[in-house]
Amino acid sequence: MAVFQHDVLIIGAGLAGMRAGLAAQAEGVDVAIISKVHPVRSHSNAAQGGINAAVDVDDTWEDHAYDTVKGSDYLGDQDAIEVLCSEAGGEVITMEHMGVIFHRDETGHLGSRAFGGQQRARTYFVGDITGQALLHVMYEQLIKHGLRIYEEWFVLDLIVEDGMSKGAVAMDIRTGQVHVIAAKTVIVATGGAGRVYEPSTNALICTGDGIAQAYRAGALCMDMEMVQFHPTTLKGSGVLITEGARGEGAYLLNGAGERFMEKYAPNMMELASRDVVSRAEQTEINEGRGVDGCVFLDMRHLGMDVIRERLWQIREIGIDFAGVDIVTDPIPILPGMHYIMGGIKTDVWGRTNIPGLYAAGETACVSVHGANRLGANSLLDTIVFGKRSGMDAAVRVRTENITLPSDDRYAQAAEKKLAAILAKPMTEDRIAHVRMEMGRTMNTKVQVFRQEDEIKSALDDIKALKKRYETVGVESKGKVFNTDLLFNVELGYMLDVAEMVCVSAIERKESRGAHTRLDFPTRDDANWLHHITCSYSASGPQLGKAPVTITQWEPEERKY
Amino acid sequence: MQVNLKVRRYDPETPETEPSYRNYSVEMPENATVLDTLIEVREYHDGTLSLRCSCRSAICGSCAMRINGKARLACKTQVGSLVKDGGEIVVEPAGNLPVIKDLVVDMAPFWSKVRAVDPWLKTDGPPPEREYVVPNESMAALGEVMNCIMCGACVSDCTVLEVDQSFLGPAALAKAFRFVGDPRDDAQNGRLRAYSQPSGMWDCTRCNYCVEVCPKDVKPMEQIMKLRSEAVHAGIKNNNGSRHTLSFVDLVDTNGRLDEFRLPVFTEGKFNLIGQLSYLPSAPRMLRAGKMPPIFPHKIPGVKHVKRIFKYFEQNRTKAGEGSLH
Repeated sequence: MAVFQHDVLIIGAGLAGMRAGLAAQAEGVDVAIISKVHPVRSHSNAAQGGINAAVDVDDTWEDHAYDTVKGSDYLGDQDAIEVLCSEAGGEVITMEHMGVIFHRDETGHLGSRAFGGQQRARTYFVGDITGQALLHVMYEQLIKHGLRIYEEWFVLDLIVEDGMSKGAVAMDIRTGQVHVIAAKTVIVATGGAGRVYEPSTNALICTGDGIAQAYRAGALCMDMEMVQFHPTTLKGSGVLITEGARGEGAYLLNGAGERFMEKYAPNMMELASRDVVSRAEQTEINEGRGVDGCVFLDMRHLGMDVIRERLWQIREIGIDFAGVDIVTDPIPILPGMHYIMGGIKTDVWGRTNIPGLYAAGETACVSVHGANRLGANSLLDTIVFGKRSGMDAAVRVRTENITLPSDDRYAQAAEKKLAAILAKPMTEDRIAHVRMEMGRTMNTKVQVFRQEDEIKSALDDIKALKKRYETVGVESKGKVFNTDLLFNVELGYMLDVAEMVCVSAIERKESRGAHTRLDFPTRDDANWLHHITCSYSASGPQLGKAPVTITQWEPEERKY
Repeated sequence: MQVNLKVRRYDPETPETEPSYRNYSVEMPENATVLDTLIEVREYHDGTLSLRCSCRSAICGSCAMRINGKARLACKTQVGSLVKDGGEIVVEPAGNLPVIKDLVVDMAPFWSKVRAVDPWLKTDGPPPEREYVVPNESMAALGEVMNCIMCGACVSDCTVLEVDQSFLGPAALAKAFRFVGDPRDDAQNGRLRAYSQPSGMWDCTRCNYCVEVCPKDVKPMEQIMKLRSEAVHAGIKNNNGSRHTLSFVDLVDTNGRLDEFRLPVFTEGKFNLIGQLSYLPSAPRMLRAGKMPPIFPHKIPGVKHVKRIFKYFEQNRTKAGEGSLH
């Protein structure tokens, strides 16, 4: 067991993590990034549609901010949203300078497309592979600047000593060796927790590791009930079809061939904000106007040229994963779990309530997305707050005197825990059984439309699953690439996140953004215009409140 | 439907460290992919099976492996497209890379080659205040290489890498073209010079395997051909590959057919006696097999018609924009 030391340790090599790394390194401090997968395998690569910014001469960041505030159903913190939108333009230009091959208009300048919940087109894109394009360019920059990366290392625990974040304990997946990586600051950028639901658009690696670890270490989590269901996902696999399709003009049709969004959002139609569209679709399906539990996304009228240039990946997805060619047929879709607006509570510099512990990207909750995230604001979030976390972490390193742990006792403790897991006998009950039941429970009882008795039942299910989790064994006992052991550890993280989602969803007795309570169907600003927080206790998440910061935009009725 | 997998297993920690095959038979839905099946195996039947996978939707590049002998993404390969009626599917780790365990290969050689092409935009001078202004066509021209997800399927099945591990390989070279072809990059000449070195762009044998196996239609070999074209047009001709290409064209232009005696001579360089002498050991074998090319070139009757074809393309070269991206 070795002990490594760095100034800034970043957990997660997705867009937020890598952007933070570059920013911290530019400030002259020693940076290391740790990731359980190679950087380009991070889930940022699955984002398709684009990144928002007020770059056009006749666009203003205030307009973007208003769209975002309204999109958040007024739960977003407006100071944070102002930061997000005012820095967006500069960041997108920086990405272009780094080499991103953005789409161009006829004059050779950056070209945009329309996207959900926004009154004008300001989404900059690379075909329908924007996330992949940005992630790969970020990785190129990582190589260019020689950033140190612990690749395929799995973080087991955060180290908090003297009330400060001082690094992490991690396993080198290739050897099974456990080491301490001590650091003066830690930035958690481990992404979301999509696999808590089954199905989900998310990759298998999205298991809420950082959220759970920070929560257990004493960090406050916030808005955990706010889970986004993306309107256009494939049945069964949950694979994503970008909102960009609707941005290019695709229609949503029910079983009778009607553009049903007319009834729910007559102005913005298919480009209303995601929660509005998902609710509309689910209503159509529940009321018998769907087909086989789905409605349809119709792109036939867009034509081959548009599809070839801007939606090629989703044509491949349609053919490979649904057996449908979008050029000739509408594709069946339904709302699917996609993103978690909630996460580790941070301020506008990525700081959590634990000194030295930062969070950025989907893992964090600043909150810029409030109760519902606009499409193409997540890529922006990762870059803006990734950069700011990196910068502030560097400032802390330069200004604070921090002594780092130098022995390996944290590694020994982690090894003991792993040994205990490996020592459990194999049972009929496997990790996969527990995980599937968790996923199905969440997807049935804490979905688009929620009510108290169902969510409470889900919470009971989760508690029972946590007990079962104590006894499931691990079949593989090896040291090299023991993914079986890691799945067991990840399941523990997911159950913690699921518990927080349920507890928070029961607590919020109103409907706001993506959280729709059939028993409390209206928005109730008088009683609920605040964030719900969770903090760790042995008996489960303890609830708290945090105020919503309002600067320019007073809450009003939200119609699309 | 029942799916029968034969999976290559290797455990570096067990005493009998020879790789072996294990059979798994699982019940899967009709539209299952190979990845769905492997996941089913590791979750419910054999938790010791290790493989890399993440997105399940052909965008992360983790699950490249050899399926029935050909490199593919497991998540994109429908079982039904491979076998009917429970036939066996052979699953092996990707080729040309060391195996760590089971289907997990060591990608370090892959990444070190990607790093070797300096894969970042190089610009002279400060950037503009806003974006670089570039026509959409030039960004769209990089569309194929932009699709690359670095999965390694091309590297797995590259026939040059099978015999020469020093070859930069299709993924790194396709990535290299992404910069050579970008009008914002100012380092084209240096890049082309570097990639024209031995083990670079000229070592591709044009077998087309990388084009066939790429799950994202990147066509790595085509990008390598574009690199070659750019290099020759940039005047970087002092290498065997370039000389081979140019003298091939010249000899056909002159004789109406390939002069196979002079081709290797010119490839090595007219004054490179040592290089030319390296062919000498083949001479007796070729004579015995009746394969020695004529020492005096034969011009074909009608060679003037061949010359007309060459002249036509000379004159129309700039119109077609062939080879020139700037």
